[in-house]
Amino acid sequence: MTPRALFTSLSVLLVGLFCASLLIGPAGLGIGESLTALIAGEDDPLALVMQEIRLPRAILGALIGVSLGLAGAAMQGYLRNPLAEPGLIGVSGSAALGAVLALQTGVAASFALALPLSGLAGAVIGVLLILMLAGPRGSSMTLILAGIAISALAGALTALVLNLSPNPFATSEIVFWMMGSLADRSMSHVWLAGPIMLVGWGMISLTARTLDALTLGEDATSALGLSLTATRLWLVLGVAASVGAATSVAGAIGFVGLVVPHLMRPLVGARPARLLWASALGGASMVLAADIAVRLVLPDRDLKLGVLMALVGAPLFLHLIYKTRREFA
Amino acid sequence: MTLLSLEHMTVTRGARRVIDDVSLTIGAGEFVGLIGPNGAGKTTLMRAALSLLPAKGTCNLRQLKPSERARAVAWLPQQREIAWPVDVETVVALGRIPYLPRGASLRDDDRAAVGHAVSRMGLEAFAGRIATQLSGGEQARVLIARALAQDTPLLMADEPIAGLDPAHQLSTMRAFADLARDGRSVLAALHDLPLAARYCTRLILIDAGRIVADGPPRAVLTEENVAEVFGVRGAFAETGAGVAFQVLEAVP
Repeated sequence: MTPRALFTSLSVLLVGLFCASLLIGPAGLGIGESLTALIAGEDDPLALVMQEIRLPRAILGALIGVSLGLAGAAMQGYLRNPLAEPGLIGVSGSAALGAVLALQTGVAASFALALPLSGLAGAVIGVLLILMLAGPRGSSMTLILAGIAISALAGALTALVLNLSPNPFATSEIVFWMMGSLADRSMSHVWLAGPIMLVGWGMISLTARTLDALTLGEDATSALGLSLTATRLWLVLGVAASVGAATSVAGAIGFVGLVVPHLMRPLVGARPARLLWASALGGASMVLAADIAVRLVLPDRDLKLGVLMALVGAPLFLHLIYKTRREFA
Repeated sequence: MTLLSLEHMTVTRGARRVIDDVSLTIGAGEFVGLIGPNGAGKTTLMRAALSLLPAKGTCNLRQLKPSERARAVAWLPQQREIAWPVDVETVVALGRIPYLPRGASLRDDDRAAVGHAVSRMGLEAFAGRIATQLSGGEQARVLIARALAQDTPLLMADEPIAGLDPAHQLSTMRAFADLARDGRSVLAALHDLPLAARYCTRLILIDAGRIVADGPPRAVLTEENVAEVFGVRGAFAETGAGVAFQVLEAVP
């Protein structure tokens, strides 16, 4: 498939799923009335459903999907390892810890955006720690090790918060939040997380050329006049911004950043730079599709997006490994 | 024209001087073989010249900005790495990165340089193949073509012919000699003394981080030097196909 054909088909898929996400929901509205309410509606319940519930949900689904797919592809390209994923640098873990602390202490209920803001604060602390630990010039190995250490620490502290939680309501609230979901998010979530994710995407796209060159190894890349130090900084900051913001508003959604680059790699001839935009578009489609599925599969049980994603993602990943095991043998 | 000039280069690792006060210059049209036993400092010397390692002393390449350096010298590391299953042409085209603005695709002269590098290494039949599915020796040739596509006045290569079959060892050495004839220069770390003696215009023999001898092959590969540095007996001898250097036996 030529890059243009791939770009077109992924875009059509994404637009289709975005529209489907707007049109599918428990309110059971017709296509015509939904669209009228979305665009022209004012102050009636229909317009409220479309503009305040479904639109932010669809936008967030797309933004988060792009963030996770893009960050996953960039991490795999930088580490030259198909097992890398955005959570590896510990930012999603620390963002989750920030949000969990907000839920535990009750700060989350104090004002509308307290929860995602605490998540972002956690992400910022996480990224500062990783930059400090891994240093500006270290190898990719120190980055992985620092990421593992921070993830482990954030995980342990999250477990501690749950452990010491005084009441079962807070505990269940925390556990459900951590499963990841796009339900009941508002436009203010979009305005908070969207710009941060956009900045993150911009930073990640600066690494594209170096990711291609890294196919030849770090030495050859430096000798091609590209700076590994700068690339690493843009990568860490970009992944932290996009994934930190995504986790802060939606909780932990796994497997997108791992599986989507695998699905897209054969379609772009395995080129790391092309894989970036292909995974961004593919990630958005995958999150939107999964978010539609949680509304269709068990509409009354509030199936969590993160749970469904893992349920679909893990077998899909196994299948991909099975299919490509020859290549990595 | 001087393509590489090192003055009093010293590289230390801990307290040990891995490269010890090395000075040399390489002009246009030279095929220089860098020879010496394992651990003599061949790789370190080249990486230091490329500014991939901290070093003391002056080097014309180290004074360039990274983007300018990438147009002055191409580097073929010993580690043959092709991380993703991309096709051969894509790998070779990575050599054009120093000439392309960010995000631009290949232009006509880039394509010409890639095609030229591919044919120089005899890879026309492989152009569309997935590089990681080729044999080790074929991958090595793809990576040499990648370095040639960078189209720089100087090429530094770390053991470029290790692991190639005899025919491709010869054709690669001939390709390097052709580059030198075209006015470019090659600095290659080599272990195959007979091939180095036959194709290089000049040899630099290093041992323990110091230059032991520097000059035309016959002046460098003397019986004393070869015995002293490599611990083998070797000599130039008349063969059916002309005078060639031969490694005869280990020095007891």
